[in-house]
Amino acid sequence: MVVFRRIVILLAAALLVVGAAGCGGDDDDGDGGAEGESGGTLVFAGAADPVVLDGALVSDGESIRVITQIYETLINLKPGTTELAPGLATEWEVSPDAMTYTFALREGVKFHDGTDFNAEAVCFNFDRWYNFSGPLQSPSASYYYGAFFGGFAKNESEDLSDPLYKSCEARNPTTAVLTLTRPSASLLGALVQQAFSIASPQALEEFNADAGTLDEETGFRPTGTFGTEHPVGTGPFEFVSWTREDRLVLKRFEDYWGEKAKLDELIIRPIADNAARLQALQNDEIQGYDLVEPQDIPTIEGDENLKILDRPAFNVAYVGINQAKKPMDNLKVRQAVAYGLDRQAVVDNFYGGRGVVAKQMMPPEVEGYADSVTEYPYDPDRAKQLLQEAGLTLPVEIEFWYPSDVSRPYMPNPKNNFEAMAASLNKSGFKVVPKTAPWDPDYLGRVDEGNAGHLHLIGWTGDFADADNFIGTFFQDFSPQFGFRNPELFKLLDDAEIESDRQTRIDMYKQANELIMEQLPAVPYAHTKPALAFRQDVEGFVPSPTTNELFSTVTIGGGGE
Amino acid sequence: MLRFVVRRLMLLVPILLGLSILVFLWIRALPASPAVSLLGERATPESIAQIEEQYGLDEPIHVQYWSYLKTVAQGDLGTTIRSRRPVTDELRERFPATIELTFAALLFAVTLGIPLGFAAAKRYGTWVDHSSLVLSLLGISIPVFFLAILLKYIFAVELGLLPTVGRIDVLIDIEHPTNFYTIDALLAGDLAAFWDVIKHLILPAIALGSIPLAIIARITRASVLDVQNEDYVRTARAKGLAPRTVDARHIFRNALLPIMTIIGLQAGLLLSGAVLTETVFAFPGMGSWLVEAIRQRDYPILQGGILFVSLVFVLVNLIVDVSYALINPRIRVS
Repeated sequence: MVVFRRIVILLAAALLVVGAAGCGGDDDDGDGGAEGESGGTLVFAGAADPVVLDGALVSDGESIRVITQIYETLINLKPGTTELAPGLATEWEVSPDAMTYTFALREGVKFHDGTDFNAEAVCFNFDRWYNFSGPLQSPSASYYYGAFFGGFAKNESEDLSDPLYKSCEARNPTTAVLTLTRPSASLLGALVQQAFSIASPQALEEFNADAGTLDEETGFRPTGTFGTEHPVGTGPFEFVSWTREDRLVLKRFEDYWGEKAKLDELIIRPIADNAARLQALQNDEIQGYDLVEPQDIPTIEGDENLKILDRPAFNVAYVGINQAKKPMDNLKVRQAVAYGLDRQAVVDNFYGGRGVVAKQMMPPEVEGYADSVTEYPYDPDRAKQLLQEAGLTLPVEIEFWYPSDVSRPYMPNPKNNFEAMAASLNKSGFKVVPKTAPWDPDYLGRVDEGNAGHLHLIGWTGDFADADNFIGTFFQDFSPQFGFRNPELFKLLDDAEIESDRQTRIDMYKQANELIMEQLPAVPYAHTKPALAFRQDVEGFVPSPTTNELFSTVTIGGGGE
Repeated sequence: MLRFVVRRLMLLVPILLGLSILVFLWIRALPASPAVSLLGERATPESIAQIEEQYGLDEPIHVQYWSYLKTVAQGDLGTTIRSRRPVTDELRERFPATIELTFAALLFAVTLGIPLGFAAAKRYGTWVDHSSLVLSLLGISIPVFFLAILLKYIFAVELGLLPTVGRIDVLIDIEHPTNFYTIDALLAGDLAAFWDVIKHLILPAIALGSIPLAIIARITRASVLDVQNEDYVRTARAKGLAPRTVDARHIFRNALLPIMTIIGLQAGLLLSGAVLTETVFAFPGMGSWLVEAIRQRDYPILQGGILFVSLVFVLVNLIVDVSYALINPRIRVS
């Protein structure tokens, strides 16, 4: 009896909860957008929580998204383009030998903690990065610094190279002079990266940005609170709070030197599941999200409350060829692969109208893109003929690897791409042996070690608008991924990297692109435009090719002015 | 009784030790290393070597295990590779979320499952019985993620009644001393926040509770059918006891034992995390944490997390065993 009564009570309680949820629904519009004079709150979803809010110590997109709002760099990109524009530096001058860079700094700029931005602050930051020690030198922390500057004051690993950075001099409060140990022409382009965000020296010290214990077994454990509780920069938004796996709250910085942010508050939250992000947007729990799946685009475009924004293409999807695996060392065989891939069909069928066929290994937006490269239209007969000329008996058996469990901006569904490509190669005198592995980290590991067969699917999204960040990354040196040594190409890319005359440099990269498409170390097949989704009443968001968008120009529900 | 509990608790030591070795070896048998997953397309052989050196991954495996064991013995589960935070900090955030979700899901499953099963047994062979059978079949066979998306579509996107993601509205700001958001809201004295937390629990609880609901209903039905044909039930009826008294005192109490077993088992399972439900509702619990850690080869999270989950599972089973004894005097005597 007693048990029964309890059950009845529980049941009643449960019904009450469900029923009351219905009643209480009205006030839960989840809409951050306020009307009238206030700029309102925008809730935006990424796929994961940031790691830490210190530009020098991260390489993941979610951290960089937030860091872009809080900090600024010496040089900016003009919104929506890859053109350099003044940032914290208003002007710069490069010495003829490309080893000394003089920056004129913006005046009247304050950090969020009220301290002044000046040349000393700039040099403090550069010296901080240069003097990283212990685990901070690891690519898991300072990847972008290491990738560009090569090494540190005291290199602690043989895998690091000599540092490119020599010194920074605060000549006067508004002039900072950077000196390098060897010429580099890509410094300006590299400085737009959030890894080179200028942080408040006072906050860096007060909150122990670089402090941590090195646990022998489990690695670096930061003990400072700079990157988690007190990230201080000069950007249009300042940090309010961060509840892990739930929300990161930013608010407008009232003393911003330029045009102030229109939103009162910007909240970034992590939602890993694609379908969940879409439903949260439909339900107005968030007002925008990144990493839209191509298959969701029709749904969003069909909903009058929602809209899609496209980023300009700034990536390349390609079929990598490993020349260490015979017969790929034979140019004719690589040409046969290029003619045997129906790239147009892949782009037409699997990119939701958001891709173009790639003719070379970098997107057209980047200087050095060559208009006249060798092109390889789909031609199965030509492919067969080339294989026969190479003295091979048809069909030629090749291992072709593709990743599973992954969707990249340049490759929404690798399996689809693979299947279409394998079919067209099989018609072109090849016999494709399919191989696959989970993307992260099995597949990537295999590709890096050169263990991903004759052909493999992969791609690259640019970090900044410099040809060196595309073809320099791929082909400047020997790598097991491609398994070839081409002294002519290696030297050309080495020379181009340090050439300080802009036009000469552009010509060198054009030449390199032509050489690459002749030699075919890989076959590029697509550039894509990654999409973002927003509520219809969100305005002012300018998608950037490098994905580092500022939210300061964004308004919601007609608010802002 | 006490001796029974103590003996079971002592058994934990070898169980956990064995588990830690298994987990340690299993994780290291996975292909590729965390270095690659940290850097993605940007990994180079040099950077991979450098990271492996930093995390001690280049040491012999027994050396790695021994120093791992030493730190664990001090209650330190290490630092995660991705977020660079202590594993115990993340555990303190994740586990309360899972407990809240488990509790809500079981509440849903038990309050509906037991009456449903009981009614089906009492009206054996009628339409009530048949429809309960269909309902529980549905509960078991609908994939959780599909049910979740369907529920969200109906109750959030179409009706706008309930939220679809997270544990609390992002515009509500309360402190989280315990990380049990229901308790935190009550501690803050904020009833609106408490209500909001409950609303965020409803859909995940229904999605997650659907399978346990079906199982509990089936077991209850079977168990009640069994018991109501026992001699002592017939005797009770023959004595002229009211049917409701017979149901409650004689049938239900005796039928409860297998039901308790199944609830305990389900609780243990749910507490180790509900991957699909958590992912679809962006509910940061144990399941999505561990799965993401597998994907990222975050060894410290996997080692600490799996060890912890196993401990919870064993403890829940112990509690179920002890509660048998409390419910059923026959076990107490033996």
